[in-house]
Amino acid sequence: MTALPPPSKKKLGLVIDLDTCVGCQACVTACKGWNDQGYGAPLSDMDAYGSSPCGTFLNRVHSFEVQPEGAEAQIIHFPRSCLHCDNAPCVTVCPTGASYKRAEDGIVLVNESACIGCGLCAWACPYGARELDGEAGVMKKCTLCVDRIYNENLPEIDRQPACVRTCPTGARHFGDLGDPESPVSRLVAERGGYDLMPDLGTAPVNKYLPPRPKDRDRGAPALAPLSDLKATGLAGWLDRLLEKI
Amino acid sequence: MTEPAIDLSPKVSDEVRRTTCYMCACRCGINVHLKSGKVTYIEGNRDHPVNRGVLCAKGASGIMQVTAPSRLRAPLRRVGPRGSGAFEEISWDEALGLAVQWLGPLRATAPEKLAFYTGRDQSQSFTSFWAQNFGTPNYAAHGGFCSVNMAAAGIYTMGGAFWEFGQTDWERTKLFVLFGVAEDHDSNPIKIGIGKLKARGGRVAAINPIRTGYNAVADDWYGITPGTDGLLILALVHEVLKAGKIDLDYLARFTNAPCLVDEREGEDKGLLLRDDLGKPLVVDRATGDLAPWDRPGIRPDLGATYQGARTVFQHLAERYLSPDYAPEAVADRCGIPAARIRQLAAEIAEAAFAEPVVIDQPWTDFRGERHDQMIGRPVSFHAMRGISAHTNGFQTARALHVLQILLGAVEVPGGFRFKPPYPKPAHAHPTPHSYFMPGRPLDGPHLGFPQGPEHLALKLDDLSPARIDKGFTWDNPLSAHGLMHMVISNAVAGDPYRIDTLMLYMANMAWNSSMNTAETMAMLTAKDGNGDYKIPRIIYSDAYASEMVAYADLVLPDTTYLERHDCISLLDRPICEADHAADAIRWPVVEPDRDVRGFQSVLIDLGGRLGLPGFVTDDGRPRYRDYADYIVNHQRRPGVGPLFGWRGTGDEVGRGAPNPNQLNAYIAAGGFFTAEVPEEARFFKPWNRAYQDWAVKIGFYDQPQPYLFQLYCEPLRRFQLAADGFHERQPPDHLRARIKATMDPLPIWYPPFGDEAGQDYPLHALTQRPMAMYHSWGSQNAWLRQIHGRNPLYVPTDVWREHGFADGDWARLTSPNGEIVVPVAHMAALNPRTVWTWNAIGKRKGAWALAPDAPEATEGFLLNHLIDELLPDEGDGRRWSNSDPVTGQAAWFDLRVRIARVAPGDVPGGEAQPAFGALKSPVPPAPKDRP
Amino acid sequence: MHPAPSVILFTTLSGAGFGFLACLSLGLLPATGWAAFFAWGLAYGLAVAGLLASTFHLGNPQRALRAFTQWRTSWLSREGWASVTTLAFVAPGAAEAVFGWPTGDWTRVTGLLAAAMAIVTILCTAMIYAQLRTVPRWHHWTVPLSFLSFAAAGGLILAAPGAYAALACLILGAVLMLQFDRGDRQFALAGSTLAAATGLGPSVRPFAPANTSPNYIMREMIFQVGRKHALKLRGLALILGALLPAALMLTLPSGPVASALAFASYLAGAFAQRWLFFAEARHVVSHYYGQV
Repeated sequence: MTALPPPSKKKLGLVIDLDTCVGCQACVTACKGWNDQGYGAPLSDMDAYGSSPCGTFLNRVHSFEVQPEGAEAQIIHFPRSCLHCDNAPCVTVCPTGASYKRAEDGIVLVNESACIGCGLCAWACPYGARELDGEAGVMKKCTLCVDRIYNENLPEIDRQPACVRTCPTGARHFGDLGDPESPVSRLVAERGGYDLMPDLGTAPVNKYLPPRPKDRDRGAPALAPLSDLKATGLAGWLDRLLEKI
Repeated sequence: MTEPAIDLSPKVSDEVRRTTCYMCACRCGINVHLKSGKVTYIEGNRDHPVNRGVLCAKGASGIMQVTAPSRLRAPLRRVGPRGSGAFEEISWDEALGLAVQWLGPLRATAPEKLAFYTGRDQSQSFTSFWAQNFGTPNYAAHGGFCSVNMAAAGIYTMGGAFWEFGQTDWERTKLFVLFGVAEDHDSNPIKIGIGKLKARGGRVAAINPIRTGYNAVADDWYGITPGTDGLLILALVHEVLKAGKIDLDYLARFTNAPCLVDEREGEDKGLLLRDDLGKPLVVDRATGDLAPWDRPGIRPDLGATYQGARTVFQHLAERYLSPDYAPEAVADRCGIPAARIRQLAAEIAEAAFAEPVVIDQPWTDFRGERHDQMIGRPVSFHAMRGISAHTNGFQTARALHVLQILLGAVEVPGGFRFKPPYPKPAHAHPTPHSYFMPGRPLDGPHLGFPQGPEHLALKLDDLSPARIDKGFTWDNPLSAHGLMHMVISNAVAGDPYRIDTLMLYMANMAWNSSMNTAETMAMLTAKDGNGDYKIPRIIYSDAYASEMVAYADLVLPDTTYLERHDCISLLDRPICEADHAADAIRWPVVEPDRDVRGFQSVLIDLGGRLGLPGFVTDDGRPRYRDYADYIVNHQRRPGVGPLFGWRGTGDEVGRGAPNPNQLNAYIAAGGFFTAEVPEEARFFKPWNRAYQDWAVKIGFYDQPQPYLFQLYCEPLRRFQLAADGFHERQPPDHLRARIKATMDPLPIWYPPFGDEAGQDYPLHALTQRPMAMYHSWGSQNAWLRQIHGRNPLYVPTDVWREHGFADGDWARLTSPNGEIVVPVAHMAALNPRTVWTWNAIGKRKGAWALAPDAPEATEGFLLNHLIDELLPDEGDGRRWSNSDPVTGQAAWFDLRVRIARVAPGDVPGGEAQPAFGALKSPVPPAPKDRP
Repeated sequence: MHPAPSVILFTTLSGAGFGFLACLSLGLLPATGWAAFFAWGLAYGLAVAGLLASTFHLGNPQRALRAFTQWRTSWLSREGWASVTTLAFVAPGAAEAVFGWPTGDWTRVTGLLAAAMAIVTILCTAMIYAQLRTVPRWHHWTVPLSFLSFAAAGGLILAAPGAYAALACLILGAVLMLQFDRGDRQFALAGSTLAAATGLGPSVRPFAPANTSPNYIMREMIFQVGRKHALKLRGLALILGALLPAALMLTLPSGPVASALAFASYLAGAFAQRWLFFAEARHVVSHYYGQV
């Protein structure tokens, strides 16, 4: 099982728009809420009300700061979860076969009943996408809401990951990145979507859309005075102005 | 090997119950999933007009709020000293008996000795109704320490304000300009809007000292110096005026720009010229004759003069064309280069005028003129506490509205739009009422919009303040939301008088909702010479073991939001959107597992026991069973009740008899009701006949009430005239100069009041709420507290370097009022003279059922300790309130500080300072792990 | 990486144990009877104790047997098979030595196989770490070399105290120096940067963490050790793990006392080195958490 399947035609994944993400953390708790009651063991919170609470989350949002040359500094909010890599190192290291990549759609999953909780897959993942649950002792990770996206008990419009459904700014997009004509693939092409840590050879399916350039004079025509106020006074200005009516 | 078989279509839940979120004030629709009667998942309701299916971080964490160990379990009676947290649990009969024993005699003898303040503005029409019938003048909600400057400036200027009263036309706007908005009001709709705008290729400009959240995704960021927004806005006004990039047709038709200002010396100087019916006068361009503003067929002349009287427009132009408002003149004070100010003005002008938005929808204005199209300016603005929580906030908000109006970008396609029941001008609102008599209801609603000194809340006999918070007095005449932040200090000082019972609902005054927290705790426990508490009795209602609980004598435990009835009513703050009127309910989707009751139902019960008019039948029996019964059967005016959907026999909208099945109809429909605004009525609402007629039909008001936007705000001028001696009510002498200076009928900018005393304090200090906790009580929430469990003070690059800060350092932050020692972090995307932190992460030890060594209690901190509700004495022997002089809004953001590095090893006890002793928790310790 | 006692014990004890087993299987310690019982018992004990220790860090040790299923792809699974195979091949030799059961030439064959499989086991253990591109310090040929050197030194100290053991210890010392040196450069050589992790360009820096409270990733993969502290521990590892045992091997008369003293020193050095092996290793995920 830990052998990766042949590359699937369908590659389900997320496209995350860093230009639009306001860092509201909605996707974080929507994910927590769904997966606390969904696929596999609940996502526990150890020491939940204590000095050092440590819970399992499958999606986290970081904030980074960039300082462009000669322009204002920027804050970029950066959601991070499993990228469902084509060449997923977390799968091949697993000694029990619990970690696997679905041949049909490329989703990387953990079969919790086979997971011994050795943590090696989390070590193998460069993205910090896997967290060992403190209570259940099994590895938890983003399932791309596999129990939502095909769920016939949900209306069709809701068959998408909980994080995408909840995202207020629409900064998260779900779809088939294996199909170059899909809306997500087109978005990636238009906006220059990119991979995280491409040199590691993981071939992530999820893509990130870069922030658009900011704080640049786009050359709106400068405002020219109607009249030379010093010379004409208010009256001259008013005359020029009211001519426009 | 084959893949394991997994169930791709598991059953999601047994049942979905649709109600309204209350994790903040946004009021999104939620689908609450239940399995075996337990809440298992909460998601946004796709059909809901507010959130359209999305939900924020708090909303999705509501499930942790409903199971929080900090939930109170039963009524509590204090048994130890106030502030210790020592309580005994008592029955509801005992609790309500005690409350009646305290309140009954007050009502019979001195109803003003009850001060009832609620931390929630929602259900205000109900809580104020209760207070009014009790007879006390001392009632308000939290607007006074939140954003009353925004609300009052909006309503006095345009008859509506941001957030609940209006919104950007997200479908059409091209440039969205955001002033001083953190992650606050209207949280999901703004996020949805920004997402839509960006997807369409529209742009966002953000004016904010701090570049987080919405400001982080802005295409252009202007890191303004706090308190100078008004100056920047007036420079933008200067630029667009000078270039003539203003909407003259709009100004002439729909604003008081063409109205003539009386310039004759005397008691009317500076007021508008009026006809015999009191209608402001304009000159008709066609005839050159004087005419009342609303006469059919006229074309008001912006440039007219009449017997020496010039138009508002000329006064306005004269003021703002002055070089004092040129970008060069303001750049240093604003902390923004003049070139960037010009650039912003150019962008705004281009967005507004290069490509107007045109909708082929004919409409008819109030003068009877038919327009073939709706033409709009696709530039929109939004602002909130960042510009309003200053002592110059009211005038700053006014300035922003004047800019919007000059551009012709209000109530037009692509601009800013009102949400029903707005527009509603200040003069159509109630005026304040404050006349109280033993055993009698108050003479009318407490809060309102004064038109002049005659509406101040002064006692008839000695003209002393009628209200404990000194609302609607010469200190802050237009305090439309009251001054909750002044109640405790005034009550303790006995100024203007002593009270007996302070009743608070969901207001954490002993912690993050007070300026000067430590002093407030001392005031709440202060005793007089006889050893009695200066505030003799405190009744508090909260669902959770907040810090304030410890300071109450009687605690009435509230339910969580999934266990209660509520109505989000058109009578106060509904959930309307620009294209439809809407209201909503909450209903108990689960039953409480504790001996707790919804506070509104408790008020109904108390109202019955106290025999308050409106709460008892003619024969003295309780009129309503509980709040649900009130929601359905109460009528404010005949046929108009808290909910406007499914009235009468179930098919009447707006007006109709109470319908006993109304709540069931709401529940079946997802918890809300909407009524579409007709197509022809969707824009130009204050002047659009179709809208005015629709508003009457639906019951917002009883006859059409078109009005003009008030570029020039006459009520302000009336107070100036009084300060000049022209009114039978005269301000005290020490306030005359300030009233004359600050209550200018055209927007002005002046430095925030703390500035002078703050000379030795070179930095500004701000707070904002993180999106994941904005307006919520998230610290005891097992999920949210992992995201924000401690809060550093963010320090800008230059200050960071100058003081040699390194990661892991702490800082001593000193203001004229005190000092704190707190952890620091570096931030470059920040105004270079500003430090800031996330507000209300810090918690007191022992509160909220958190472990005493929780990071919230050891590293989390409040800036509140540095802020005083009074300004320092500047040598006149007086300590002025740290509030806007017009509205009394708490000036949280005028705070000035200086900073010094503290090495980690030198932090006393390794904890943020000041540190307070642990409260005794009124609830059992929390379980260690979840689940 | 978090230096968990279970994995430190696992790698050090099983390394020494399999090294010792290999030496015994090759007949480097020709003992019989009780002496053989103690020697083979110690070797088995070390190997098995190490393997058992490794289960302490499992979330669900009751399913540990499943770890044998994925030998085609997983080094951890292979390590399981290799260790069990080794222990099985060792058995005939051990039985012969302890009980004197005559097995003829078979034990020479199984002994050779056992030694070979012990080496394979140690390599598999090392590859669990060396395969990880996410931890550049580990992703290097010095890691299997160092694991093998440790096993050889430990095995020879116990099985053949004397010059060869001393030589093995000195080789170990050299390998450690090489491993420290190369390891220090790996992170930079791997080109691992926050810019690559985020795609946000060279000026990017962490601003606010995703969560202010710790999580599994931070506890498991982000561990910071002071540079001074690390240098001290490197010295200890070198002295106790290699130099002192070598000196003892060369100066003390060969025998159980020399072996015991040298092995105790070696083990202390091995613990220090292995603690550092984890503590100094930076996982690329630490970029996201701003702790590189």
